[in-house]
Amino acid sequence: MASIELRNIRKAFGAVEVIKGVDLEVRKGEFMVFVGPSGCGKSTLLRLISGLEDITSGEMLFDGKVVNALAPSKRGIAMVFQSYALYPHMTVYENMAFGLTLEKGHDKDEIRQRVEKAADMLQIRQYLDRLPKQLSGGQRQRVAIGRAITRDPKVFLFDEPLSNLDAALRVATRIEIAKLHESMDNVTMVYVTHDQVEAMTLADRICVLRDGLIEQVGTPMELYEKPNSVFVAGFIGSPKMNFIGGERAEKFGAHTLGIRGEHITITPDNGLWNGTVIHTENLGADSYVYLEMGTEEPVVVRLDGSNNYKSGEVVHISPMEDKIHRFDAAGKPVR
Amino acid sequence: MTTETLAPPITVTAPKIKSELMQQRVRAARWFLVPMLLALAVVAGWPLLRSIYFSFTDASLNDLYGAEWVGFGNYLRWQTLDSGVVRYRGLLADPAWWNAVWNTLRFAFVSVSFEAVLGMIVALVLNAEFKGRGIVRAAILIPWAIPTIVSAKMWSWMLNDQFGIINDLGMKLGLLSQKVAWTATPETAMTAVLIVDIWKTTPFMALLILAGLQMVPKDIYEAAELDGVHPVKQFFRITLPLVRPALMVAIIFRLLDALRIFDLIYVLTPNSVATKTMSVLARENLFDFDNFAYGSAMSTMLFLIIALMTILYIWLGKVRFDGGDR
Repeated sequence: MASIELRNIRKAFGAVEVIKGVDLEVRKGEFMVFVGPSGCGKSTLLRLISGLEDITSGEMLFDGKVVNALAPSKRGIAMVFQSYALYPHMTVYENMAFGLTLEKGHDKDEIRQRVEKAADMLQIRQYLDRLPKQLSGGQRQRVAIGRAITRDPKVFLFDEPLSNLDAALRVATRIEIAKLHESMDNVTMVYVTHDQVEAMTLADRICVLRDGLIEQVGTPMELYEKPNSVFVAGFIGSPKMNFIGGERAEKFGAHTLGIRGEHITITPDNGLWNGTVIHTENLGADSYVYLEMGTEEPVVVRLDGSNNYKSGEVVHISPMEDKIHRFDAAGKPVR
Repeated sequence: MTTETLAPPITVTAPKIKSELMQQRVRAARWFLVPMLLALAVVAGWPLLRSIYFSFTDASLNDLYGAEWVGFGNYLRWQTLDSGVVRYRGLLADPAWWNAVWNTLRFAFVSVSFEAVLGMIVALVLNAEFKGRGIVRAAILIPWAIPTIVSAKMWSWMLNDQFGIINDLGMKLGLLSQKVAWTATPETAMTAVLIVDIWKTTPFMALLILAGLQMVPKDIYEAAELDGVHPVKQFFRITLPLVRPALMVAIIFRLLDALRIFDLIYVLTPNSVATKTMSVLARENLFDFDNFAYGSAMSTMLFLIIALMTILYIWLGKVRFDGGDR
């Protein structure tokens, strides 16, 4: 178990600064998710924690000890790569055992036990004698996770582990990772993704990054309910939060109003605003109604069950007053 | 019998469409192969067969077409002298031939071994990221790009006993107590040839291995870094197994080349028994000594030996040309 502390961490590749001063504490046993659009520096930040990249300036502490110059293998970490990074010429067993066989003080029986225990956890025991190329993508990713478990790390790092899997497998593996976190509650996990659904479902806390800086850190619900900026508000939640500016916002004393689709009701008449239906998506359990009302992007209303609003129909809508987010011109919340 | 001549069942229709397509493809493929096969038959097949034929005759350059069949006489024949002593003659009993075989095998083994190791080192260096890598990659090819005759002549001047820069440097640095006739002295002639060949062909080896190295995904080295694999272990446990297919193919290319080495030795150490290889000896007999049939027998043996070595290598090394075990 380890806590990780980042103090004013900066990372530059040549003249390009990718991480521009990050302060963050990952608590012991916590599942921390780095989320952000591509190019925000989330993967770089993870690689800095792993030690695969050198820190340009600032301090990285594991359990209060500076590890800036410590080799990756000595940090007590294990990492799961997006591309799995399995050794192609080794069997699943050898892949999982390789790190242990090189460490001193593990006899063969112990290694076998640890590999088999991890294999059982991930239900890959029957594949131990196979080569990676004989496995499917999902199985390979489980082997990669198994390899990480076998090392019995203090810190578990995931670099977009699900992005090479198809949608169904992604959900299944996501649940496995969540279960893994529950069963390994003394292991600190840091997980990088660009998918806010993964972030919301897995994280104890989420760290939203943008352009090499932390935008907000908090529990999924904190981010959902009290976003610190227009950026976070727009990034967290699906469908994306609606942003309404202009006169409509000024009436509420804000530059921009943010209202989630699920916090808008369609009323037959006497609504606060009205808009023209341009499209309806029925997803079965819920449906999205897209309205044209002069905003930059169409306003999305999320309704329960299926609905049948016709294109061109004018409807009245009302936001739930207590769910309105107000932002100033700088994109910061008005409180 | 009559039942077989009945109209085929309807189910055959679907596969038949496919097989027509396949037939069309096979036919097209054959047509595309014809020019190459024809060219090969003319420039390789026919001369090879002629050489093999001549090796069973008493042909000489004066009278190629009046050659008479002598069976295996050029390879081995014997006569029993009146004293009862059996005297063997022919290629298989010729010490000059076996000397050439030994020279060739020694040359091939040593040069290819050195080239493989040095080529691997160069490839590893070129695979690392550094400034000016492109230029270095191009520059390293220069020895390979120079025609063998030119580089052999160049080296023969450098190795010259009177005016050569190597003797000069050796003397000035105190490494040599007296000037050495590198190419003329039997003890050093083979070394001189080996040095030049290794200098010349290591880049080729390096490039083939480099191509293999670049197929190895970068991320598994990061995984190895996290696993705490020592760089030396990384090389032997990860890099080497993964470039093995490329390395094996590179070695076989070089081995075939080295077994028929001719030009370098012909220019650098003409007429030296210490370096005379099968090719050099065969040419000498074919044209210089007017033993056309005997030289043809040598050429045929050379062909067989190379074929044998190649088969052995592929079999023992489990070489696969389809991209190996990745």
